[in-house]
Amino acid sequence: MSWKRFENFAGIVLPCLVGPAMIVALYLIFMVVPSERDQGIVQRIFYVHVPSAWTAFLGFFVVCGASLLFLWRGTDVWDRIAKASAEVGMVFCTLVLLTGPIWARPIWGAWWTWDPRLTMTIILWTIYASYLLLRAYGSEDDQIARYAAVLGIIGAIDIPLIVVSVRLWRGIHPAVMMSRDPQGGLRDPWMRFTLLVAALTFLLVYAWLLLVRVRALRIADEVERLHRANRIP
Amino acid sequence: MSGVWQILAKDLRIEFRSKTGLGSLFVLGLLVLLIFQFALPEKPTPESAAAALWISFVFAGTLGAQRTFLLERENLALDGLKTAPIDAASIFLAKMLGTLVTLTILQAVVVPLTALFTGIIPPAPLGLMGVCLLGNVGFSALATLFASISVASRAREVILPLLIFPLLVPLVISSVKASAVVLGAPGDAVVWVRVLVAFDVVFSVAGWLLFEQVLRE
Amino acid sequence: MAAVVEAVGLGRRFASVSALADLDLEVRAGESLTIFGPNGAGKTTLVKLLAMVLRPTAGRLRLFGEERPRAVLRRRIGVVSHGSFLYDDLTARENLDFYAGLYGVTNSRERVREMLAEVGLEPWSERPVKTFSRGMEQRLALARAFLHDPELLLLDEPYSGLDPAAVAHLQEILMRFHRRGKALLLTTHDIGRGLEVCDRAVILRGGRLVWQSGRFVPGPQEMARIYERQA
Repeated sequence: MSWKRFENFAGIVLPCLVGPAMIVALYLIFMVVPSERDQGIVQRIFYVHVPSAWTAFLGFFVVCGASLLFLWRGTDVWDRIAKASAEVGMVFCTLVLLTGPIWARPIWGAWWTWDPRLTMTIILWTIYASYLLLRAYGSEDDQIARYAAVLGIIGAIDIPLIVVSVRLWRGIHPAVMMSRDPQGGLRDPWMRFTLLVAALTFLLVYAWLLLVRVRALRIADEVERLHRANRIP
Repeated sequence: MSGVWQILAKDLRIEFRSKTGLGSLFVLGLLVLLIFQFALPEKPTPESAAAALWISFVFAGTLGAQRTFLLERENLALDGLKTAPIDAASIFLAKMLGTLVTLTILQAVVVPLTALFTGIIPPAPLGLMGVCLLGNVGFSALATLFASISVASRAREVILPLLIFPLLVPLVISSVKASAVVLGAPGDAVVWVRVLVAFDVVFSVAGWLLFEQVLRE
Repeated sequence: MAAVVEAVGLGRRFASVSALADLDLEVRAGESLTIFGPNGAGKTTLVKLLAMVLRPTAGRLRLFGEERPRAVLRRRIGVVSHGSFLYDDLTARENLDFYAGLYGVTNSRERVREMLAEVGLEPWSERPVKTFSRGMEQRLALARAFLHDPELLLLDEPYSGLDPAAVAHLQEILMRFHRRGKALLLTTHDIGRGLEVCDRAVILRGGRLVWQSGRFVPGPQEMARIYERQA
């Protein structure tokens, strides 16, 4: 199947899946899944917080993969995918950082905690931000795609190192005590199921937004090309 | 690895001949230390001394890292390097080593100043030097790679801190922690040194491989 | 005679702008080619492609018969461009020593001295380049390009910014180089000077080759007429 046909196919299938998936997920989160014993009803934000985080990290690895392919192959589509994934991933990353405090405050009394995962996420957010800033600042550069690709790759390579160093950092100074641990604390099978559904839903949303964005970028490039072609006498 | 030594020698010669440059780096390092002194609580601890040291180093170092590519901007000298029969990787190595040398000299000034200002004399000076060197290597690798991007692109030079600060997190955490231990804080430095070494190796290699992508058009 | 440069359908675009398109060009060993063209015609882009600073985005380029030129091949090419590639803080001799080292020139001491003498800069060899005039800088850039005895010399608008005496001096050096059997590729606006050194001439406009001389190169007046028509 050619790229164009895949795109058209996905362009129809994805929106059709996202709607129902979202409805099912919301229903599960608010109607079906039981409240967590210690935390009560606020804990439900976890089903948005955690999948957002997973998607945010996935998004950056897509940026890295697309960047590698762009440097290897040179076709513009990979650059567009990298850029689009950075934009969409950033949105999910922001969502994690917004839902984090909303969750933390009622349960643990603090707006912000330096828990390793949240720390990781805020650092990821800054990496996303620096990627997008590089693209914005250097937008007249015709080599900017190449530079951004290098950043995308280095950023992704850095992530494991950041994980290790942040965990070690937290190990020495224990932070606010938490009983939260997604796998351990999920006693009820409904909880695990809801998390899975939520994760899949977010993945679909990510894929759909990515598709929409890549198309928009392609059209923008095409318009730019036509503009320039008409300027030369 | 032809060309590495020639480029490094040339860079060092130009660096030491220029009247400004190194001077402004030292002054910046000193200024950051001063600000730290005024901002910190009264009694300095090994942890706060380590923090002051590395924050000063990162700020001054970021400024210093650009210089190695700024000097290639005059007369389009970078094109001169691009048309020479040498690999991009050799240029990277030479530039990274040049930055390493400059920053080592910076450290040689900042570390004693930190000891002076905080009154904390390093009980294990060799250990401290080792940690500083390890931190320096990783910093130079990343900074060299991204300095070439910030100087080459039309993005203003202010982009360099934006690009490298998030990426430097593991380096900063490890260096500060290891330095604090070496300066007398309780704890185990070895685990941090391991992270530093991993960082150094990973980014030296990554920079070495990816630099060609930045250089070529 | 072997072809030193062989371009077929060569093209280069930047973002969505096409700087060069559909270029078929050949330069044989020992041949001298002058490329005329207005600003924005793509002359600098072409020189950069031949100097292996840029990669083509379309078509094929063979240098010294090699399809994918390796870094080592650059040893056979000398480049004089808009920038002099010189370091202002270093002396003339230090600059040449540096490049001699990079290009692996044997007997570099001798060679550097020889080159400085050839371009008439010996008296200034220990002075920093920032004290040089434009003409002197250009001559040093030329010395730099000759240092490793290249088989192909690429010059991008070498006469610009030079006074008549400097131009004459430069011309003399170029003719000497050409007589030694090296290939020369020159881009310029200066029709008179450009014609003096060349075996063949072409005109570039809007990134395309719009005119080629045959084996018979026209004189300056006729060339000026052709140029006006084409450019």
